[in-house]
Amino acid sequence: MIFLLFPLYSLIIRHRFFVILFYVRIESKVLNQTLYIGLNGELDEHAAEYTRAGLDGLMTAGSVQRVVIDLSGLSFMDSTGVGVLIGRFKKLKARNIPLFLANPTSGADKVLTMSGIYQIMPKI
Amino acid sequence: MKESNEMTLTVPAIGVNEAFVRGAVAAFAVQLDPTVEEINDIKTAVSEAVTNCIVHGYEGKGSGDITVKCSAGGGRLHIAVSDAGVGIPDVARAREMFYTTKPEQERSGMGFAIMETFMDALEVESAAGSGTIVKMEKRIKGKADKAD
Repeated sequence: MIFLLFPLYSLIIRHRFFVILFYVRIESKVLNQTLYIGLNGELDEHAAEYTRAGLDGLMTAGSVQRVVIDLSGLSFMDSTGVGVLIGRFKKLKARNIPLFLANPTSGADKVLTMSGIYQIMPKI
Repeated sequence: MKESNEMTLTVPAIGVNEAFVRGAVAAFAVQLDPTVEEINDIKTAVSEAVTNCIVHGYEGKGSGDITVKCSAGGGRLHIAVSDAGVGIPDVARAREMFYTTKPEQERSGMGFAIMETFMDALEVESAAGSGTIVKMEKRIKGKADKAD
């Protein structure tokens, strides 16, 4: 049995991508020229790179008039998440596309409020 | 004298351990019967401290360990997160809100400010080349006053 499991274990250890997938899952849909993105899981330093790449991929595909990120599925977020969101805001701002945040969990909301981020990307 | 409990955890300073460490500290804190908000505060503060160790602690020095020591008693949780890395040359500057040495990596520079705000006490001991110890205390509401 151990011989069967070892290749999978070594794959996960060597390619952290699989582990990252475990922490943050990204969903999206476009409706009425609005890109809705849902983040689910735990957004920390370890998950940041994957999350940045995933969000950038969605935001550059097609043309939309606004982007809404739903945070209701984020069970954890620290200041790394603030950096990720501000980075996406800057890229969208360069294309004149506003970014809104929706339904943050209480923990994420506390970090976001402290950062002052709602002044540039309003909570809806 | 009230009975206290202790925990020491040492892990490599790699990203995959962030969630593990904050989860372990949160599980340890449960014996103090904290509220959900207090648990979230503890997890967030620990995550910030561990992130600092991973991102800055061993920069240019290869790899190393993070040691987390916790004690719980008298309605208080004490946490010490330490590394044996490069240290912080200017602690006062590092603790300033929005100060970051890595703006190009989309760092918010909020780590120490969050630790300070979410916990009841924060102490940072560091010097260039001698590692860093971040000590935090969280008083569990309704328990700290009547426990001693």
